[in-house]
Amino acid sequence: MGFELSTGGVNAFLRELARTGRVVAPVRFEGGGAFTGTDCVRYAEVTDIENVVFDEKSRFSFRELLLPPSQTLFYFTEDSITEPTPETRDTIIFLRSCDLHAVKRLDEICRGGANPDYYYEQRRKNVKFVLMGCKKAFDSCFCVDMGTNISDNYDLSIEPDGDGWHLDCKNAEWEPLLRAQGGTETPVTPAHVTETKTRVSIPDDLDFSVAKSKLWDEYDKRCIACGRCNFSCPTCTCFSMQDLFYQDNPKTGERRRVLASCMVDGFSDMAGGVVYRKNHGARMRYKVLHKVYDFKKRSGFHMCVGCGRCDDVCPEYISFSHIVNRLGDAMKEVSEHAE
Amino acid sequence: MDMNTAKLKKNAFRVTKERGLAASRIRVPGGHMDARFLAIIQEIAEKYGNGTVHITNRQGFEVPGIDFTDMPKVNELLQSIIEGLEINQEEMNCGYPASGTRNINACIGARVCPYGCYDTSAFAQRMEKAVFPNDLHFKIAFTGCHNDCAKVRMHDFGIIGMTLPQFDPNRCVSCGACVKKCQTKSVGALTLVNFRPERNHKKCIGCGECVLACPDAAWMRSKETYYRLTLLGRSGKKNPRMGVNFIKWCDEESIIKIVCNTYEYVKEYIDPNAPGGKEHIGYIVDRTGVPEFLKWALRDVTLPEIAEVSSPLYWNGIRYSE
Repeated sequence: MGFELSTGGVNAFLRELARTGRVVAPVRFEGGGAFTGTDCVRYAEVTDIENVVFDEKSRFSFRELLLPPSQTLFYFTEDSITEPTPETRDTIIFLRSCDLHAVKRLDEICRGGANPDYYYEQRRKNVKFVLMGCKKAFDSCFCVDMGTNISDNYDLSIEPDGDGWHLDCKNAEWEPLLRAQGGTETPVTPAHVTETKTRVSIPDDLDFSVAKSKLWDEYDKRCIACGRCNFSCPTCTCFSMQDLFYQDNPKTGERRRVLASCMVDGFSDMAGGVVYRKNHGARMRYKVLHKVYDFKKRSGFHMCVGCGRCDDVCPEYISFSHIVNRLGDAMKEVSEHAE
Repeated sequence: MDMNTAKLKKNAFRVTKERGLAASRIRVPGGHMDARFLAIIQEIAEKYGNGTVHITNRQGFEVPGIDFTDMPKVNELLQSIIEGLEINQEEMNCGYPASGTRNINACIGARVCPYGCYDTSAFAQRMEKAVFPNDLHFKIAFTGCHNDCAKVRMHDFGIIGMTLPQFDPNRCVSCGACVKKCQTKSVGALTLVNFRPERNHKKCIGCGECVLACPDAAWMRSKETYYRLTLLGRSGKKNPRMGVNFIKWCDEESIIKIVCNTYEYVKEYIDPNAPGGKEHIGYIVDRTGVPEFLKWALRDVTLPEIAEVSSPLYWNGIRYSE
């Protein structure tokens, strides 16, 4: 059911939701950027729709709400363990279509197998999604080519329209709330983009022989292995475990899991000192092919959703979409060598 | 030819090696200006000078080869630059009074440079408003971070930008980038304790390398900007020396107050026979002793709680006479 609602009405609706849940959305952290005087748009709890940033892409994705960068799994003493109290309230997440498609990837990875991720499930089960319509793609977006520009599996869609807001509600419990706030019914189709400035094409004949291409060598030097691409990615789920013992009482401590990055040193270290992907080019190859090749072989769809954040955040101006577009030539190069 | 050279110099011209020719000196406060002024400088150089321009060490332009008789016309052309750069002036279309206090320098700072901890040019211009015009020989320079590209330690007052890194443990992914950067590029104030960085505040110089290195925004800049104030560096023919640390984690207001206070101190203690009425402050402090200087400099200054004042203050440097 579509609605038209004033800003005051939307805020009253959000306050209703906040009775039983927390509303999280991309907001502006003033001065929160790494450079002096720059802001950072990332996720935080909101009470007012005016604080939700629609005209900029968030630096980090909603993913950190389902898979926090650092999460304590349990605390231990000599003979007991205690789990932190899980969040039981609803989490209402504002996100764009590409990110909503990323949820499907996260679900596939964390819920799909025989052993679903208990900690992911704890958070995931209480989540509701509010789709932020995109009227225009940002420069680095390539959602159309990844097929992630349209979503319909939301609880609510929202986008600014003049002084007010257009919403499409699919959550039956929320409809009366919207009506109660003075929402007038009107047909609403969430805005979505149909073209992007950045285009990608993944070659049909892509296979693992592309690993032998010289393409990757360039990134040995250019990539600094900082992991920004992974940490901003809505579909990266890798983590490491840490058991730590409190300094003032080493008989107690906690187990944490923290996000890991396949670009950062240590990711492919094995017992005995073997490092599988020492060169940064090899790490780039591993990441790129996982996002647009081998993940699909297992799941049937690409991991990458084309949000373009990895392009936005790379301090060395390495463009993931550019690499994807070089794969065709790289395939030609390796097939010529094979002959 | 009759020319009052003192007046000429006071009008921001230089008496040059070539008889009858002057050089016009145009200072750029804070070293940053609109590009449109370059066209005027070009016009002056091509119409009245010898067609060349020297970019000065103190972030100005010097246009040589100007006939003494053309100086009034040059001053007329300078008018829009003087207004645009808000250079102090006594009379319209007559140039501006040169000053013993030198143009206040600034590195490019946070307007452009990723390392800059503040808008250096803007602070330089605020400082200029507080101290200009003044005949006393003061050199002040601003630099965005401890890289000190502006060489502020060669100045009487050097201002180095700092940020107080704020750590959000919930965002830390233990990648170690901050620890590595601090170790290799800065002072090694970070160590990993239980997988997370621990900051040694005594060691930390607030350079912000950790913030720049962090891939997950676990380190952020503080809302407040802090500064290190360095003291009494100088070049010259007697005893060139680097400025020493004076106040760490200082604030803008205190720095301006300290500089203004020092003008009062210098007025009181400057050698009345100093050549040209100019004496490096450091030589005056050598004479009066540091405690007397501090008494004047810190009068009515309320430093932020976090500020650390170095004591005692010792300078080293080169002595040509030895």
